[in-house]
Amino acid sequence: MKAPDFGYVRPSTLAECLATLNEYGDEAQVLAGGQSLMPLMNFRLAKPGILVDIGGLPELATTRWETDHVVIGALTTHDTIATSDTIREQIPLLSDAAPHVAHVAIRSRGTIGGSIALADPAAEWPACCLALSAEIELASLRGGRRVPADEFFLGLYSTDRQADELVTGIRFPMLDDRRAHTFDEVSRRRGDFAIAGLALSCDLVGPKFKDIRVALLGVGDRPVLARGAMSVLEDAEPSDATTETAIEALSAELRPPDDPMYPPDYRRQVACVLLRRALNKLMG
Amino acid sequence: MTPEPQSHVPISLKVNGELVTAELPVRLNLVDFLRGDLGLTGTHIGCEHGICGACTVLVDGRLTRGCLMLAVQANSTNVETIEGADASGRLMVLQHAFHRSNAIQCGFCTPAMLLSAAELLRVNPRPTRDEIRDWISGNLCRCTGYQAIVDAIIEAAA
Repeated sequence: MKAPDFGYVRPSTLAECLATLNEYGDEAQVLAGGQSLMPLMNFRLAKPGILVDIGGLPELATTRWETDHVVIGALTTHDTIATSDTIREQIPLLSDAAPHVAHVAIRSRGTIGGSIALADPAAEWPACCLALSAEIELASLRGGRRVPADEFFLGLYSTDRQADELVTGIRFPMLDDRRAHTFDEVSRRRGDFAIAGLALSCDLVGPKFKDIRVALLGVGDRPVLARGAMSVLEDAEPSDATTETAIEALSAELRPPDDPMYPPDYRRQVACVLLRRALNKLMG
Repeated sequence: MTPEPQSHVPISLKVNGELVTAELPVRLNLVDFLRGDLGLTGTHIGCEHGICGACTVLVDGRLTRGCLMLAVQANSTNVETIEGADASGRLMVLQHAFHRSNAIQCGFCTPAMLLSAAELLRVNPRPTRDEIRDWISGNLCRCTGYQAIVDAIIEAAA
């Protein structure tokens, strides 16, 4: 079993890569780590005319530290994120989520940029981006732009990236010590696609939740912010009653897909359990 | 400015320490190159979409799915298969432990299981049973139920 025929391009500079995407548009498909694209090609669900292998652009695998942001290069592997001490220090939510990304042999090649560009609704990084108010950095011959994660994921495997654009990095705000995070997911076995997952980020100063962000994966056609639950929790004091109200709001707002393996009610139930666990963890 | 799309690409890489050069069709997967072109049939092909782990090899020292990497992407890398790892003797303790624990039935998953287990013991020389389970979750065995495999890795780590 192998991919259908395609033309292979391995640009040696970013300019060459952007020129190639500009020339071929929709016909071109970017190959990063290939850990999602290769299965799709092996199954012939993806049939790119031109495969643009960006493995020759090591500058996309670096992490850039700005005054108040961290930009993780698109070609940074899941494993690099999982084992980075500086990421553990600055964006611990990513370190907590990384072990949930597939298996060790997949994490060694799969990349954060590939995961963001593919936008699988059950993937960990898109939900983390929502929870952390990250921005997606895109480049094209027309110039560069940044898109807030809230506006980037448009539907099932659908994003705001245009055909001539390359995801070059993910820009995360650097967070101070008051920020609390938690990530958890439920899957049938370790590394399998999540039935549901939850990424939460908030300030816990004094007795109240502030600037809380609750993002879920696996419960829709894209990663979703639980705006109902967030509005219950914002400025609320942590308590069992607050938790129950937030769970009711979450249950009411989720519209999980109907699939043969997991009925919507089951995914909704799992999501609610994850929110309860997350809030209990934050309350210690 | 724009590079011309290619249907065949020349590559040069090291496989089990030996320099190999070839001109390959771009759609050839690494595992098919290792088995079909180089005759290294110890690397197995199972699901061909990254789930079963039977095709796992080391590329530049990292566990990698041979079915999820194009052979041309392995240009300039160092690939180690079960044949190379076996010949080097570095798997001997694990191999004996697998034998003693009867951690093999049909043997289909075994080459990749050994490579994965060796990599686990390299990064974590004293893993717990849970850590072993977690690590080998990407290597499916349909015969043993994993108990014997976990036993063998614990024994090799001792």
